[in-house]
Amino acid sequence: LDSRLPLVDRSDGTKDSESFTAAAARDQFQEELVIRPLHSGDIYASFQFRTLWDIDFLQERQKVSHYRLFPKSLGQVLSKFSVRELHISFTQGFWRTMQWGQPFIPSPPGAELWVWFHDTVSDVDGNWKELTNVLSGIFCASLNFIDLTNTVQPSASFKPLGLGNATDHRFLRYATLPREIVCTENLTPWKKLLPCGSKAGLSVLLKSEKLFHSSFHSQAVHIRPVCQDEQCTSKAWELRQTLNVVFDLYTSSQGKKEWSLFKMFSRTLTEACPLATSSKIYVDITDNPELFELNPVTPLLSQAVVLGDRRTYSVFDLTRAETFGQLCSLNLLLRWKGDSGMNVFDGCDMLRPLLHAERYVAGFGLQTGEIHTVIYNNHPYRAFPVLLMDSVPWYLQLYIHTLTVTSKSRDNKPSYIHYQPAKDRHRPHLLEMLIQLPPHSMTEVTVQFERALLKWTEYTPDPNHGFYVGSSVVSALVPSMVAMNTNFTQDQPLFSSFVPVKEESSYFVRVYTEPLLVNLPTPDFSMPYNVICLTCTVVAVGYGSFYNLLTRTFQVDEPSLPLEKRLANLIRRIRGVPLLA
Amino acid sequence: TDYNDLYCLFTLVQFTKAGQFFSSGHTNNWAVLVCTSRFWFNYRHVANTLSVYRSVKRLGIPDSHIVLMLADDMACNYRNPKPATVFSHKNMELNVYGDDVEVDYRGYEVTVENFLRVLTGRLPPSTPRSKRLLSDDRSNILIYLTGHGGNGFLKFQDSEEISNMELADAFEQMWQKRRYNELLFIIDTCQGASMYERFYSPNLMALASSQVGEDSLSHQPDLAIGVHLMDKYTFYLLEFLEEVHPASQANMNDLFKVCPQSQCVSTPGHRTDLFQRDPGSVLITDFFGSVRKVEITKDTINLTSPVEPPIQRSGSGDIQIESLTYVDQLPVAEIIHQKPKQKDWHPPDGFILGLWTLILLVFFQTYGIKHLKHIF
Repeated sequence: LDSRLPLVDRSDGTKDSESFTAAAARDQFQEELVIRPLHSGDIYASFQFRTLWDIDFLQERQKVSHYRLFPKSLGQVLSKFSVRELHISFTQGFWRTMQWGQPFIPSPPGAELWVWFHDTVSDVDGNWKELTNVLSGIFCASLNFIDLTNTVQPSASFKPLGLGNATDHRFLRYATLPREIVCTENLTPWKKLLPCGSKAGLSVLLKSEKLFHSSFHSQAVHIRPVCQDEQCTSKAWELRQTLNVVFDLYTSSQGKKEWSLFKMFSRTLTEACPLATSSKIYVDITDNPELFELNPVTPLLSQAVVLGDRRTYSVFDLTRAETFGQLCSLNLLLRWKGDSGMNVFDGCDMLRPLLHAERYVAGFGLQTGEIHTVIYNNHPYRAFPVLLMDSVPWYLQLYIHTLTVTSKSRDNKPSYIHYQPAKDRHRPHLLEMLIQLPPHSMTEVTVQFERALLKWTEYTPDPNHGFYVGSSVVSALVPSMVAMNTNFTQDQPLFSSFVPVKEESSYFVRVYTEPLLVNLPTPDFSMPYNVICLTCTVVAVGYGSFYNLLTRTFQVDEPSLPLEKRLANLIRRIRGVPLLA
Repeated sequence: TDYNDLYCLFTLVQFTKAGQFFSSGHTNNWAVLVCTSRFWFNYRHVANTLSVYRSVKRLGIPDSHIVLMLADDMACNYRNPKPATVFSHKNMELNVYGDDVEVDYRGYEVTVENFLRVLTGRLPPSTPRSKRLLSDDRSNILIYLTGHGGNGFLKFQDSEEISNMELADAFEQMWQKRRYNELLFIIDTCQGASMYERFYSPNLMALASSQVGEDSLSHQPDLAIGVHLMDKYTFYLLEFLEEVHPASQANMNDLFKVCPQSQCVSTPGHRTDLFQRDPGSVLITDFFGSVRKVEITKDTINLTSPVEPPIQRSGSGDIQIESLTYVDQLPVAEIIHQKPKQKDWHPPDGFILGLWTLILLVFFQTYGIKHLKHIF
């Protein structure tokens, strides 16, 4: 990469590239794609694009004005609003943990935004409001609907994923918009943030017609300060753009268990991004011989422990020319063998996720209801604590005295409860609980609620669709079957280095439940018009007839006079003389 | 002398051309394209707006100068058999949604209030640039509205309406604040001509797809998608615009002839009395395209030597020796022993004060005031 630095001809004839070395080579870009075939025949592709930049936005004396790989729009946002960490995701579809396992980067349906501000900020709410408006312009999404009625400050969940020590949760804001739609207009600005745009490297595969015709699509931007090197003496800013997509067997592949890059993305790869220091494709071949065969075969193999599981990956390095072969294009082919893919669960315990959560609304009618959150611990003998965070809008009024937590049909008292009640039209409910899950059990959390009556201007244009309640978040340190890697190395694959690992025996996982769709009592908006019409009709017909009956008199009408008598009457009227009969 | 005269005539002609070149009215182009209908069966209104967006983008107006408002999402709607596409022709010939669309106002944001705020520029200070109409007095603006309408009103999202008087007043506000040079207003709804009846500001030209008392009709359904894809007027407008390229000399009179009654069933109308120039001299690209006038010079310009960025890091390795650590994601012990949040002290409110007053009153009533000195 050093050879690509510009050499400057100074006016005194000397060439000088050292002064640029200090500034230019301080950011680097890596891209990777992980392809994981799933047992049901679907395929999971996860793109990660990472830009690492040695600069400190938060130091006032250094005004950053020279942007190279890091996008300028995000850099200006970070420095203007004193943002320490920013995580934003847009998701279409729901991640089915039981069928697909755990995702590398979890995300709830709709849009989710959580931000840690620096502790020098005096007005966090004002910064948050402006930040959501600026981001809604950058990502073409209606993030300006995030306001104080759907923002919460979690006290124990959502600890920073980057470097830092003190975590005062006054500087954390979390909001989710479950109704937000993701479409090409969100993908376009997301692609524009990449150094190579959508012209070279792995980002050429991001074609919207294929990406949105899938079971699950999630694109996210994560910005946080990370260690610059192994000694971790200084900070660097990391921007990760991740895109997770699960292609369905029947809609994208017409039922044939055969996947290729061309089938998934409607094109093949021809080159790596020239600005990238590393550009790799990892294909999960842990189940290779029994389940499917991979073509072209590559000698490069890599093992990584991710999500508590040791998996083997075939590595395709796009920065090497021989990866592209004779035709100068790379098209990976995965073909399933025989009937081995027919069983969804092979009975292999490794694939079964250890933590899983569901949520639904029970009850009938439009007055009351009950929210049930069910958390499953599938570990055969270990118990572990989970942190459940629930954020319910104010119009579902929760009755916390009816909160029950039961595991294995016995009461399970949480060791920590933080509840912030809602204020009508100001603040949503926030409920955080630390629950110890017994091994191999199902824990159910229930709370009753009552539906509020909104003012007629607060209804959306389509109120009969219902109102969404954001997903619950279950965060846990799940005991791992395989020792996790706590060492931080530069050449670790990106998918295994997203969440910092502190101890070997457990890994951090976050599970999102389904969002709820609740019908509120909706008034009949055509009622005033109908009532006015009906009332006026009744009044006109009824009162009018009655009035006529009472006051109308009948007079005998004279037959009309011949013409000469009418003329004579006219002259008489002018003269003022009484008229003829 | 003949040659002299010819030479003079030649330079005179050149001079008038040059004069015309430098005296043109507008310097930049903006477009505000609005679809006001929600729900899947109004697919055709979104397709109408996107086809005008496509033409306008193709003829040169960049995304930063287009404010696109779509009241509902059809492309990624769960009922769309081909996600991320919006078709305008049956048999899925033309995808007007494209690959690089940028929608500025979507879903519930498309309201009468937001539309009028965009036009008049009275937006809250935190509104991003892509959502603003930053036009000046040399801007030509194209405004396209489509949806369901009636005599004198246009329905927004099935819950509110904008009247023709409000629209005329908004344009007058724009004129008084010098927010446009010339404005072309196109509307494709039922009884669309009623919307431009009340305009009274100068430099406005308006086109509508139907007269008062007539309905605008939709064009063709697609059996795979299950809804009507486009409205007749915009379909033929799209066909007309596909022939236009940035250098074309087609003018407004050709635009007025788009979709005669034989094709459209409704009678398209137009209004040019407020417009100062003759419509025959107004090019289509004056509104739909962004044709920039370029001045070519043959002089050489000396560029200054580039400014070197200052070398930022100078021996800062000595300052921080202790290593930084990542935060614990789920510190269970810390969470359990977390102190409750210090709540701000509020003085007791009226209810509590009243309750205590009642209790004290009852107590002293029962036991008499003489016991007071024993208590205090």
